[in-house]
Amino acid sequence: MRPGSIIYFLREAFKSLSRNRLLSIATISTVAISILILGFAVLLTINAGALMNYLESDVEIVAFLDNDLTKSQITDIKQDLTAITGVKSVNFVSRERALAKLQEKYGGNEYNLKETLGKNPLPNSYEIKAEDPHNVPQIAVQVKKIDGIYKVNYGQGVVERLFKVTRWVRVVSMVFIVLLVFAAVFLIATTIRLAIFARRKEIYLMKLIGSTDWFIRWPFFIEGIFMGAAGGLIAILILAAGYGSLISHMDALFFLPLVTNPGILSNVYISLLVCGAVLGVLGTWISLNKFLDV
Amino acid sequence: MLVQFYNVSKIYPNGVKALDDISLKIDRGEFLFLMGPSGAGKSTLVKMLFREELPTRGQIFLASRSIVRMKRGEVPRLRRNIGIVFQDFKLLENKTVYENIAFAMEVVNASSKEIKERVTEVINMVGLKGKEKSFPGELSGGEQQRVGIARALANRPLLLIADEPTGNLDIDTSNEIMELLFNINRTGTTVIMATHARELVKSAGKRVLMLEQGKIVADTPPGEIAL
Repeated sequence: MRPGSIIYFLREAFKSLSRNRLLSIATISTVAISILILGFAVLLTINAGALMNYLESDVEIVAFLDNDLTKSQITDIKQDLTAITGVKSVNFVSRERALAKLQEKYGGNEYNLKETLGKNPLPNSYEIKAEDPHNVPQIAVQVKKIDGIYKVNYGQGVVERLFKVTRWVRVVSMVFIVLLVFAAVFLIATTIRLAIFARRKEIYLMKLIGSTDWFIRWPFFIEGIFMGAAGGLIAILILAAGYGSLISHMDALFFLPLVTNPGILSNVYISLLVCGAVLGVLGTWISLNKFLDV
Repeated sequence: MLVQFYNVSKIYPNGVKALDDISLKIDRGEFLFLMGPSGAGKSTLVKMLFREELPTRGQIFLASRSIVRMKRGEVPRLRRNIGIVFQDFKLLENKTVYENIAFAMEVVNASSKEIKERVTEVINMVGLKGKEKSFPGELSGGEQQRVGIARALANRPLLLIADEPTGNLDIDTSNEIMELLFNINRTGTTVIMATHARELVKSAGKRVLMLEQGKIVADTPPGEIAL
């Protein structure tokens, strides 16, 4: 490719953009709307994923100890627990600490639980976290087998259901995004096809005169990249403004943890912009090939 | 020998037999009329020369290169050696006369200096000096066809193909266009012209190939009166 050709391609691309203004605007709007929907789904997925992680990370095993154990027996149990594969951390909670926690949570300043109950009814316990929360049920089975542990609690039943739900949410959101990408490609390709159809005579002539396929493609690709990126940019501006205001309002209203990490968000926005440009090129590619077959 | 057809047949997917075992030779510098009723296969034959259509059977050579065996990537080079003039002119309405002709050179990657020189040259050749900045819509039919011819000549083709170039023009204008094509032929360019217009062919004294139902029914050498 000669440097002269690059200038020619750019000039042709922008001439065509301004000459077919209405179709250009239609294409940019189509891209913007597609990317907006896609971006909305991506943000939703990321937040759903973060929420799922948050819920899952809360899952832990509480192993209650017999009351008549000696200090060394308690330490031995800790070693046994740590030896189980998949265990991330083991944290001892003494009966006093457990009562204090309970007091903090439910008693407040009005009741003194210890006085009301007369004695501390709570046992010593270990809080066990798994490296992968999904392994909690299997780990719990092994914990139960250890001597000196009389009860194991990890939210049996509820946890299994939680994992089912989180897996479902993840799969559904991925499928949803893949479908949206396909819809966006189709929609954008159709709009670009209109623009190319309007210039089919020109393409036919170029082919008969003897220009190569790539010589014809380049201006269309440049147009596609430009329209895709422009549409993507519009979508991102709307999305960022909308999500920004959502964060500032939600903060006061809910305990739900919204993803606010600027690193993650800017990655999402940049990916969407690239996605817009790629969709523009992809749409052009799909629509153009038919007309090049002369 | 510029063009050679060996036992060329073309059957379209819908079953229509457009050409039936055509063998044909055209010399460099010749002027050939291609005549025959609608549907005789003139357009199919012409389109095979610039490989818009491929034969179902047979071989075609242009300047000793097989058009049939040519790879897709080699087609642009073939077409750069051929100028095509259309019945409906096929000018780009949003480009001026100058731009329409320059377009043909831009798409084959000519330098802007070459383009400027050559476009001015062919505009003079077809007698359109002063109309450079006009748009096709502002020109008469004859003038539009002159632009079409100038565009076909821009890349100095070995072969000029004209498919019913006077089909949309009145008698006087047609004669002017014919005169232009004969002049081009005189400078050494081979010309193949498909046409219905018996009157133009009769008075020309050029080689005439008659097609009917996909077969050559007569091949009259120059100087003899065909039909």
